[in-house]
Amino acid sequence: MKFAVVVFPGSNCDHDAYHAVKHVLGHDASFVWHKDTSLGGADAVILPGGFAHGDYLRTGAIARYSPIMATVRSFADGGGPVLGVCNGFQILLEAGLLPGAMLRNRGLKFICEDVRIRVEETDTAFTAACAKGQTLRIPINHGEGNYFASDDVLDALERERRVIFRYVDAAGQPTPEANPNGASRNIAGICNEGRNVVGMMPHPERACEGVLGSADGLVLFESVVKTLADRGGMAVSR
Amino acid sequence: MSTFDAATLERHGLKDDEYARIVEILGREPTLTELGLFSVMWSEHCSYKSSRVHLKTLPTTGPRVLEGPGENAGAVDIGDGMAAVFKIESHNHPSFIEPYQGAATGVGGIIRDIFTMGARPVALMNSLRFGPLDEPNNRRILSGVVAGIGGYGNSIGIATVGGEVMFDETYSGNPLVNVFCLGLVKADGIVRAKASGVGNPVYYLGAKTGRDGIHGATMASAEFDEASAEKRPAVQVGDPFMEKLLLEACLELMKSDAVVAVQDMGAAGLTCSTAECGARGGVGIEIDVSLVPVRETGMTPYEIMLSESQERMLLVVKKGREAEVERIFEKWDLHAAKIGEVTGDGLLRVKNQGEVVAEVPASALADDAPVYHRPFAEPASQAELRTMPAPGAAPAPRDAFLQLLSSPGIASKQWIYRQYDSMVRTNTLVPAGAGAGVVRVKGTSRALATSVDGNGRYCLLDPYVGAQLAVAEAARNVACAGGQPIGVTNCLNFGNPERPEIMWQFAEAVRGIGDACRALDLPVTGGNVSLYNETDGKAVLPTPVIGVLGVIDDASRVQSRVFPGEELDIVLLGSTKDEFGGSEYQKTLHGIIRGVPPALDLDRERALQSLLVEAASKGWTRSAHDCADGGFAVTLAECCFGSGGGATVDLAAPEAGDPVAAALFSETASRAVVTAATGQIDTLLERAKALNVPAAVIGRTGGARIVIRVAGREAIDCSVAEAEAAWSQGLKRYFEGKVA
Repeated sequence: MKFAVVVFPGSNCDHDAYHAVKHVLGHDASFVWHKDTSLGGADAVILPGGFAHGDYLRTGAIARYSPIMATVRSFADGGGPVLGVCNGFQILLEAGLLPGAMLRNRGLKFICEDVRIRVEETDTAFTAACAKGQTLRIPINHGEGNYFASDDVLDALERERRVIFRYVDAAGQPTPEANPNGASRNIAGICNEGRNVVGMMPHPERACEGVLGSADGLVLFESVVKTLADRGGMAVSR
Repeated sequence: MSTFDAATLERHGLKDDEYARIVEILGREPTLTELGLFSVMWSEHCSYKSSRVHLKTLPTTGPRVLEGPGENAGAVDIGDGMAAVFKIESHNHPSFIEPYQGAATGVGGIIRDIFTMGARPVALMNSLRFGPLDEPNNRRILSGVVAGIGGYGNSIGIATVGGEVMFDETYSGNPLVNVFCLGLVKADGIVRAKASGVGNPVYYLGAKTGRDGIHGATMASAEFDEASAEKRPAVQVGDPFMEKLLLEACLELMKSDAVVAVQDMGAAGLTCSTAECGARGGVGIEIDVSLVPVRETGMTPYEIMLSESQERMLLVVKKGREAEVERIFEKWDLHAAKIGEVTGDGLLRVKNQGEVVAEVPASALADDAPVYHRPFAEPASQAELRTMPAPGAAPAPRDAFLQLLSSPGIASKQWIYRQYDSMVRTNTLVPAGAGAGVVRVKGTSRALATSVDGNGRYCLLDPYVGAQLAVAEAARNVACAGGQPIGVTNCLNFGNPERPEIMWQFAEAVRGIGDACRALDLPVTGGNVSLYNETDGKAVLPTPVIGVLGVIDDASRVQSRVFPGEELDIVLLGSTKDEFGGSEYQKTLHGIIRGVPPALDLDRERALQSLLVEAASKGWTRSAHDCADGGFAVTLAECCFGSGGGATVDLAAPEAGDPVAAALFSETASRAVVTAATGQIDTLLERAKALNVPAAVIGRTGGARIVIRVAGREAIDCSVAEAEAAWSQGLKRYFEGKVA
């Protein structure tokens, strides 16, 4: 299958995502420039981490207007799998593909460290190969990852089982201490109604090789491969 | 008589004899713009006029050296047709005035030096010095510097993989911020900043020019006093996103052969980049400042030439290839302007709307600054410093151990490192703060290890030996990770060179670096000198910071310092003597810096390092940690922290006034604590013996306690959890409300 990694001018985890799916997993992958309007026939899209346009305004606030985003939206509307990691998640929020917003981390400091997240649901494009309740050790790396939404929205997300990852402690519990950034209800990742668009703050692409400390992130990319195989064919992108 | 009054010359930092020399070079009085050009180019910061005669004595050549001092950064061959480009630079003065922006733009500057050479920056390190953290202002400076380093490096997407932080009262008014960057490039793809080809267009690329940073280089060449806070406008503001665009655009441009030369506009801005680029190529450059994109109205040629606005580059492009490069500028939405061309007359000619406002030989600016043989003399006070006072009452070993672990110089720097992206580009093989910085080289089996080290206390007592110890320690750290040290860069932070005692410290330190590098076969490929690190006449500790780069041929053999969590033999390499001069123990427990620093036998050091590299590459060892600040006890504890588990050891008692304290806390050089891989202990010991490296099996890893006996008698027994808590909180407590 083929992954498209969207490159905004300030993306900086684009090479990491590309390396993970291409060199570690062995799938086809290509970079797609944000000014382009074609995904080049990709079966799945990754919006990588970084600082898309410097993010001096709200993170992702400008990126949503890049020409490629209209294509990503229609790809997502057609059921195509889209993963937004970190800045990619922030962009999905700004683009309205996922609900909610990001605040600065509680404590106002940038945080780069390994965290534990628990897989809450396995019927999404990026968790299909996970076990429910499985915990993954994956790094976070952000200054604005404090996920925020109104209680109504949060209740709806939970009711619709759209909270996909939560920060948890060593015992697998979503305690306040395990919450690195103050995110509402320990939320680390959510999905859309169609369960094909997933946004998450932790970086699975940084946890795909044991030599880097963890290979727990691989299962997300394996999940999308499985999802597409189960569908009996690849999604068609424009 | 000069057309400028004494006050004008003083404001430009030019002495009377320097002005006379300018008049002699030009054959006439300079214009104000020309005076500005000479002022910045002949400043200490740009011209190295006080340090040059000493720096010339450093060894700079070797079979791996592809680019030595003189270019934007040094470059060494690392095999597989690849080169590593690396350099360290200071941003001390700006970081004192405005910590966040000062540090951020320091990072921006060193990154530009690396990608200007055509290299993709892959790792950052830093070496920081602050005053004691019980002073709120020092906490403010540290917080700002760390946030600035993170703010820039995280955004542009280059991993900050480690570094070092130390504290001393002398840094209160004068913090040190030294930043190191490492990049990778194909060995045949290195780009030089050497203009050529008469008629080739000269492009200006990047951020617009403003009035920020005018005379930054001159500011960095003077001492501070109470009025320094008013110099804040001379500190530039960084824009990491703009630099990211420049980085990507420049690397893309350099893939074509349309680019002749690239030079970043750092200190002294447009002046330095045009003068140096022209002088290196033996050509002239003519520009018209009215074509330079500016962000403020009414800027004079003087201001445009001297502005140190950040994120700007100068490019010389092959004539006829303009459309090709302009397409790339456009792709990245970068401001670019053709501002002039290469000429054959060797002059830097500056026009303003066609009218010449300055016309100076490029080489006069770049190469003909006065060279000073400044007088130096050992200060009279040195003799007393070198005597060791009678030791005061020492606390019990266990108390001293915990006190050392929680002192900010030794304590965990995790509070700092977690604010840096230490992993981006997925090459980081050793977590930040757990030894040398190690990044793999994708597409090869290799990894690179780097370490930055320096100890101002040792250098205060003996700058010659102190500087040697810095070289030895940085190289030893690299060797502990399994890296063969292959190159050195240095950042020399000292006080006012016009004072003979400071110049003596400087001269002695450079002599020490040279001798150590020759003995260890390490070429110095570049670096930076920062003088005038004084406030109100009080200089910082003499602080040469040494960056060493090493190659690990098999990335799967990288070692960290942390015990691997199995029961293994622990081996102490090297022998321990009674050496407390300038030690962390002396400073933390007795509050003094006195005596002589640890002796260094460079032959023995070299043998130890070669043993460490061989043992790692052959799998004889599983972990290795350099024994340095705080001595053996601290070293052992650091091997246990981060899930290494406990250890029980029994040390021989060294010959010393207090053998227990010496065994635990002496800072004797050329030592390391390693664990032997199962079944490899005999091989390791045999090889150590053959290399004449003292080696003793001192105990085993395992359990959850740190137990240290000296000659069979228990000296320290402490749970790893208690020790690790002291270590973890030692720095953090100053920032998270746990200190009154």
